[in-house]
Amino acid sequence: MSNSTEHLVEMANDIGAYFITDKNHERARDGVRNHIERFWEPRMRRKLVEHWQRADGEGLSPLVAEAVKELAARMAAQV
Amino acid sequence: MLSKTDHDYGTPASASTQLVSVDIDGRACQVPAGSSILRAAAEAGIGVPKLCATESLEPFGSCRLCLVEVDGMRGYPASCTTPVAEGMKIRTQTPALAKLRRNTMELYISDHPLDCLTCPTNGHCELQDMAGAVGLREVRYGYAGENHLDLPKDETNPYFTFDSSKCIVCSRCVRACEEVQGTFALTIEGRGFESRVSPSAGESFLESECVSCGACVQACPTATLSEKTLIEKGQPEHSVVTTCAYCGVGCSFKAEMKGEEVVRMVPNQDGHANHGHSCVKGRFAFGYATHADRITSPMIRKSIHDAWTEVSWDEAYAYAASELKRIAAQYGKGALGGITSSRCSNEETYLVQKLVRAGFGNNNVDTCARVCHSPTGYGLKQTMGESAGTQNFDSVDHADVIFVIGANPTDGHPVFASRIKHRLRAGARLIVADPRTISLVRGPHVKADYHLKLKPGTNVALINALAHVIVTEGLVNEAFVAARCEDESYATWREFVADPANAPEAMEAITGVPAADVRAAARLYATGGNAAIYYGLGVTEHSQGSTMVMGIANLAMATGNLGREGVGVNPLRGQNNVQGACDMGSFPHELPGYRHISDTTTRTLFEGAWGVHLSPEPGLRIPNMFEAALDGSFKGLYCQGEDIVQSDPNTQHVSAALEAMECIIVQDLFLNETAKFAHVFLPGSSFLEKDGTFTNAERRISRIRRVMRPLAGKADWQITCDLANALGYPMHYAHPSEIMAEIASLTPTFTGVSYQKLDELGSIQWPCNANAPEGTPVMHVDAFVRGRGRFVVTEYVPTPERTSRKFPLLLTTGRILSQYNVGAQTRRTANSIWHAEDLIEIHPHDAEERGINDGDWVGVASRVGETVLRVHVTPRVQPGVVYTTFHFPESGANVITTDHSDWATNCPEYKVTAVQVTKVAQPSEWQRRYRAFSDEQAKLLAERHAARSDS
Repeated sequence: MSNSTEHLVEMANDIGAYFITDKNHERARDGVRNHIERFWEPRMRRKLVEHWQRADGEGLSPLVAEAVKELAARMAAQV
Repeated sequence: MLSKTDHDYGTPASASTQLVSVDIDGRACQVPAGSSILRAAAEAGIGVPKLCATESLEPFGSCRLCLVEVDGMRGYPASCTTPVAEGMKIRTQTPALAKLRRNTMELYISDHPLDCLTCPTNGHCELQDMAGAVGLREVRYGYAGENHLDLPKDETNPYFTFDSSKCIVCSRCVRACEEVQGTFALTIEGRGFESRVSPSAGESFLESECVSCGACVQACPTATLSEKTLIEKGQPEHSVVTTCAYCGVGCSFKAEMKGEEVVRMVPNQDGHANHGHSCVKGRFAFGYATHADRITSPMIRKSIHDAWTEVSWDEAYAYAASELKRIAAQYGKGALGGITSSRCSNEETYLVQKLVRAGFGNNNVDTCARVCHSPTGYGLKQTMGESAGTQNFDSVDHADVIFVIGANPTDGHPVFASRIKHRLRAGARLIVADPRTISLVRGPHVKADYHLKLKPGTNVALINALAHVIVTEGLVNEAFVAARCEDESYATWREFVADPANAPEAMEAITGVPAADVRAAARLYATGGNAAIYYGLGVTEHSQGSTMVMGIANLAMATGNLGREGVGVNPLRGQNNVQGACDMGSFPHELPGYRHISDTTTRTLFEGAWGVHLSPEPGLRIPNMFEAALDGSFKGLYCQGEDIVQSDPNTQHVSAALEAMECIIVQDLFLNETAKFAHVFLPGSSFLEKDGTFTNAERRISRIRRVMRPLAGKADWQITCDLANALGYPMHYAHPSEIMAEIASLTPTFTGVSYQKLDELGSIQWPCNANAPEGTPVMHVDAFVRGRGRFVVTEYVPTPERTSRKFPLLLTTGRILSQYNVGAQTRRTANSIWHAEDLIEIHPHDAEERGINDGDWVGVASRVGETVLRVHVTPRVQPGVVYTTFHFPESGANVITTDHSDWATNCPEYKVTAVQVTKVAQPSEWQRRYRAFSDEQAKLLAERHAARSDS
């Protein structure tokens, strides 16, 4: 994992650590995905999704991995 | 000495709404009950001689000049200390009064040097005026008697002199230091004829506790306390009202001028943020504006290792535009971006974000609020619906409990700190949450009821523990919550904080704060009357910065401490225009007025006004720009007023990112640390050289007004317009008022703002629109901006930055009174006499363990870098914690700080870095490299001058 990808994974996990307190799992997952969509520049999102696709989400917390999976699907749908 | 344009009513205005009728010299007057006779007369246009009275101070009654006659009262009461009463008949001019006043003046003058013609206050001296007013024609006692005329002059303070021989011992300076500033540095030493004003215990001004706020100088009715610039330059001939360019208090000043030269900066008595008070920075530290280091010609170079070439403005624009276009063509338009500073005006930051969005064609724009208060914007928007503080500063006068969290107002926001201290002396209670024993914890006539001395990085644990007490002890304002907040989010939050895991006893091991103190503080906050929270970067600059802001909002909502005077959630913004820069759409995800870039309606509005298509995607934030630069996808940057190399964390990472870029355009006053990596330098203008507006921490928009021509010929807003035009995106404004008109036309919270209204009202707190045509002092009065207040669950998540055997101490960073931010301004003033270098504070226990003595050089190493600083051993910090400032680039404070950041906003975690401190004998490796690079850049700058003289 490159330094910058590692940094993105760390940032995504930090977001996940906040939203995981929501007992509604779907809402928590959507919260992570929505936060990344609203605040991350597209190339950062692409890089995170590429990491999830290429390395099976190595280093991502389970909640964040789920959110990134959803993010990947939405990005694919937009193409 | 007051400003020439100030009218002094002698005693403070009465706040009473009840009117009292009196007769003064046969004139029927109505004045508020509680007014002094002196004030009543002044309001009626009747001047009563006075010396010890001035409007900013409580009446003292010592000079015996303002005596009057009142029917039914014996003798000659002092009009300053005698309040009006219904039906009072007052005479201010009678033969008896004239004789008494002349006799008094005779005594004053018998011990005063009669050097009026060579005195700096000649023609603007209250003593001189009073001698004229009472008709003094002779001094029967002569001048040969015992006197004070040979007393030495204290010239130790760099900004003002104290000439005791001119002192009439009216105590105005002593009272100003007490009542206005709250430092109590001055006293009257001796008795009777021996009475003299003295700083501290017979020390010089420089050695004393004096903080050089200038309140004493302003209060002095003679030339005893005089600005050195006044002595040197003579009296000003005109003045212009403007706004200070330093901290987020945004003090209003009168720039007193001689032509285009500033003689003095005098705090504006009518200033809504500061009410006539100032600090050492705004009052005196303006000399940087004309410092020899100012660069006044545009410069370009191909490589950062080339000498600079001075060029015309047009050549500079053409080169910058061609490079930006080349980069966009070669790497894509996403390779460009812009950064502004909170030292820039609203109009300037608005234009830069417009240039990036409309001209560069992306949303890669950010501002330095990213690294300070971005969590405030996020947290307050999430909970209350608006990214701003809730109150005006005056609100503190109605607070019963003041809760200061992660802020050091006496150093960071000194003028507001004086307001806090004033309120505390009037009986308000104080809670401080801070890892250090800041000055507010214990000072003259001020003592915190509770100092919650938490470990760095445990804010959220503490706020949850406070909330736990409020919820479990039945202290919630249930009526407020039911009426104003969301039921569901409240219920969820309530259940969360009530969990025993959040109890103070459970959190004590994490925070280090005794549970009993937390319980007592929570009870005081919830039940002590109006409770107001003031917080600073000690809240935001953490990995959980946004969570903590939301935790604070939770606490205020749960206790009903919102929506009226005396309460609220008040972020103390670090720099003067943090609030404004954020308001102006400087964040990459939102347009002006905090509207998300993905919102089609808002974007369409701006697309229509700007005549371009706007990207709906958020852009890169400052730290993301650095990552993208290192990845090779971010190559061109327009940086206005911000010094990212010195102020952003992990300096070596930032430097490497900038070295990887191909065109960095820096617009600044000086060749700052970032400019050393630049390819184009556009010389900017100081706040004295341009028109515009700043928005302070209380959402108050105030005018800055040009008092001198820009040294480089252009105001910053003009430079941005010119650059945009060179890039092919047309930007034409004749004056910043036109930029504000555009902002108002596109931003719902600004629709009522105009330069004309600012001139009429003095300042305006947004929102200012049809619903609030004169602005909004207190927000969320009847309802929250978002409708119902939203409680947010704020689970404590420890920072990943942990201490270890290798790095056993926690470093936290901050600022001090005399220096400002990266120091580019204050280091170029005499303020450095108080703080000539950054020091690292360490507790005596930790120092002893390491064999470190006060003044030693120590190496400070973290996981990302190492620097060397001189040490100050002090119990202000707790064991296990060290503290430093970042005002000097060679200190390298940010060589140590890490890339950890707030989860929501990427605001860096400056406040928690695990370090080791060891005694050393030489600079760090980074410092050696820094020195070599700086020397090279200084040489390249100097060669620029040689090239010019050759040509």
